[in-house]
Amino acid sequence: MPGEAQLLQGTLDLLILKAVSLGRLHGYGILLRIGQISGQALLVEQGALYPALFRLVRQGLLKATWGTSENNRRAKFYELTASGRSRLREETAGWNRLATAIASVLAAQPGEA
Amino acid sequence: MLGRLRSLMARLVPGGRLEHELDEELRAHVALRADDLERTGLTRPEAERRARIEFGGHSKFKEEARAAAGGVFWETLVQDLRFATRMLRKSRSFTGVAVFTLALTIGANAVVFAALNAFILRPLNVPRAESLYSIHRAKGNSANQSYPDYLDLRDRNRSFVDIAGYDIMEAGLEAGDEPSRTWALAVTGNYFDALGIQPFHGRFFHASDEHGPDSVPYIVLSQAFWHARFHDDPGVVGRVVRVNKQPFTVLGVAPQGFNGTLLFFAPDFFVPIVDKHQLWGSKEMEQRNQRGMLFMIFGHLKPGVTPKQAAADLDAISVALEKAYPSEHQHLPLKLERPSLYGEFLGGPMRAFLTGLMLLSTLILLAACANLGSLFAARAADRSRELALRLALGAGRGRVLRQLFTEAVLVSLLGGTLGLAGSVVLLRWLASWQPFPRFPLNLPMNPDATVAVAALLLAVASGLLFGAVPVRQVLRTDPYAVIKSGPTSGVGRRLSVRDVLLVAQIAICALLVTSSFVAVRGLVRSLHSPYGFEPRGRMLASAELEMAGYRGETLLPMQRRMVDAMEAIPGVRAVGTTNCVPLSQGDVPGTYVFKQETTDLKRANAVALPLQMVISPDYFRAAGVRLLLGRAFSWHDDKDAPQVAVVNQELARQLFGSEARALGGIFKQRDGTPTQVVGIVENGKYEHLTESTQPALYLPVMQTPASMTWVVVDSDLPPVDVAAAMRGRLRELDPGLPAFIQSWTGAMGLSLFPSRVAAVALGVLGAIAALLSLTGVFGLAAYAVSRRLKELGIRIALGASRREILQATLSRPFQLLALGSVAGLVLGVLASTVLSAVVYQATPRDPLVLAGVVVVMLLLGLLATWIPAQRALSADPLALLREE
Repeated sequence: MPGEAQLLQGTLDLLILKAVSLGRLHGYGILLRIGQISGQALLVEQGALYPALFRLVRQGLLKATWGTSENNRRAKFYELTASGRSRLREETAGWNRLATAIASVLAAQPGEA
Repeated sequence: MLGRLRSLMARLVPGGRLEHELDEELRAHVALRADDLERTGLTRPEAERRARIEFGGHSKFKEEARAAAGGVFWETLVQDLRFATRMLRKSRSFTGVAVFTLALTIGANAVVFAALNAFILRPLNVPRAESLYSIHRAKGNSANQSYPDYLDLRDRNRSFVDIAGYDIMEAGLEAGDEPSRTWALAVTGNYFDALGIQPFHGRFFHASDEHGPDSVPYIVLSQAFWHARFHDDPGVVGRVVRVNKQPFTVLGVAPQGFNGTLLFFAPDFFVPIVDKHQLWGSKEMEQRNQRGMLFMIFGHLKPGVTPKQAAADLDAISVALEKAYPSEHQHLPLKLERPSLYGEFLGGPMRAFLTGLMLLSTLILLAACANLGSLFAARAADRSRELALRLALGAGRGRVLRQLFTEAVLVSLLGGTLGLAGSVVLLRWLASWQPFPRFPLNLPMNPDATVAVAALLLAVASGLLFGAVPVRQVLRTDPYAVIKSGPTSGVGRRLSVRDVLLVAQIAICALLVTSSFVAVRGLVRSLHSPYGFEPRGRMLASAELEMAGYRGETLLPMQRRMVDAMEAIPGVRAVGTTNCVPLSQGDVPGTYVFKQETTDLKRANAVALPLQMVISPDYFRAAGVRLLLGRAFSWHDDKDAPQVAVVNQELARQLFGSEARALGGIFKQRDGTPTQVVGIVENGKYEHLTESTQPALYLPVMQTPASMTWVVVDSDLPPVDVAAAMRGRLRELDPGLPAFIQSWTGAMGLSLFPSRVAAVALGVLGAIAALLSLTGVFGLAAYAVSRRLKELGIRIALGASRREILQATLSRPFQLLALGSVAGLVLGVLASTVLSAVVYQATPRDPLVLAGVVVVMLLLGLLATWIPAQRALSADPLALLREE
């Protein structure tokens, strides 16, 4: 369990950072954005989002401000801070390296090694 | 359902700032989602419902979000405290029992700790107390020194910064009114400077003020005496008062809390020891063989010098002195100890006893924690539905435990604060306690910050301890099972941990009961043991005659007049005087004696070192000392008659080998005077109840003058009447004579004080422990009965006898009780060896003590199981079945 949760958590953080990097969003908006850009392949559990958001705010990667949504509801909006932006860069690079590595492992054919 | 949930949630987690924001954010989220759902064609209420269900466990995410946001420690704490207060207020009896138990045990701990702190842990109230040592003889601990020896040790050593010394004296003090009896420290001129203390008012005297005997007519007041006698009047500095009728100038006032270097004793003022001749007629200033001049000498060690090196340094000086003055100085090895409790003499037993007491009271606290732990566990079981509900709603187990711990610590802090407050009251009273009218007892046990901190730390620690008992239970709780089937199943079927706690608790109780029984028995026995005199029915009048102006030739006639005046009181059987009453004021002066044929009169050649008492002819009859052989003194044994003496059995044996040979035998006194033994009296106790048999020498007051006069009056009259008559007669003789009248048994209070304190302290702790065991056993028995009530009811219905029912329910509690009692009894017997150092005649090998402990524990068991047993016997099967 712990290993899986760790991976999930790290991944969720990366997804949130990416979603917010495209523009200022409220919590529900982040969920929609993730669903939209992944072609509904990645669905985040609604309640699980908030602990992650609070954590990112505490780490200084996100900044939260109250504002008004497009359909006139008061909501909390999140945007990337400078350190959030650089973290996103690092994480993206890291993820790509990992993905490439795993992809090449999975692509290996018998006799190649 | 949802509404109820939400209201419950609101009750469990009242809002804070963060809370509020979180709520609003989540509400916004659900609303936004509902907006989207509404757009797909749902009605608004349906959309909102769907949105909420999709969102999932509200409280769990909030919990996680709060934790993720960090910095919510205080908010959570406030929440928990609020909730804890509410829960505790809801179950008042539980809270009351818990707080009371803790107040009692933590209060007891605080008092014991305060005593330990005052006498053992806290250094003396002088600068650099850690390097302050007193100089004792390695054997027997005595610290007294002659003045010339002191001067040599002071001037020739290379280990001490300076050496000072003092003696304890009584003095009459007049400040323009009636003379009052006071206690003085006669101190060496360098006393204050050697200790490094500064005056509160005026100035101190110094070594440079001394110019030989009787050269420093100054006194320094202690702050307490300045307050009590002179009402804090700073103008008293420079005033002339009369000490033993001699004019002395008040030079200054000592700082707050400085009472000399001996705990237990608070002097009224300080006077230079060089004036001892003028004030007390002492001729000991020049005499190297008069060890009574200084009660104790002490000083600060130079940096880097160890106590061992310093003792070796002093020993070398002592050896050189023995060479130079063979007949006056005998070398006895020295050692360095702490001055506050007369070295190891009092310090050893005090440390052992107080440490033991601290250990016992800590054990009692542990027993209380065990009790409260089971109480909390039972409560957690009762609350298992609530706890399960909170778990089911997504509250983390950690959060639930934190809540439970908050409750436990809150209870323990409440109890601790109450206990501390109680102990402060008790300690204040103890600090000002004066059980002995003749002795200025000083118990510096005022509670300070250390005591308060220790008590509160103990409170928190015990809160965490008993709060930890239900932890396993909570961690194991399966919320769904509990909610489905109710609290009774599954939880705490096996009670093994609680059983162990209970056995430990009973063992502690039995240990304390044993100890207090041993102490009380020892006390009772020492009150009825043969002292070698009979204090009952005897009154004492004491007066220092030189203090009242009687010197030389006028001394003896005055003593005789006092005896005659007392004898004239109707109903008085016998009257005698002595310079020293056994078991009433501590030390009895010692001397040394030689065989008749000894010519080299140095101390090392002495045949015996007896205590010396100077008495009037009828003393033995008045004091109830049995004369075994020969005769007592008569008024004709005066200056012109041959020197005579009466010895006790022990001295007779040491001098002549046997009592029969001693009668009529001749020995030499310290100064070489040949003296004939005319009578032999029984052995007795002289200085302490716990002393081993000591040789004693009685000399007639007609041949050896003595200023200190105790008149012993034996009569059948009520003590109050005798005392009044005695006071009247003495006033007729000399209105200016400061005399003190008391019963002999009263005067012995000081000798019995340690035993009494030990008995009371152990008794109180024993009672607390008994109370705890009572509730512990009761709790166990009641729980056992209530769990099996249904089964018992069925058994009764099937015709089980009362005996079988009792056996089924109470055999377990009684087994535990027996186990604990035996363990405690064995421990108590072992621990009593420590007690015997404090309490005279304390021995656990006493059938009465052992039987007493067994009876008490049995009674405890019966008492504790009485109500549960009644309940078990009256189990009504029909009623029980109806309840289902």
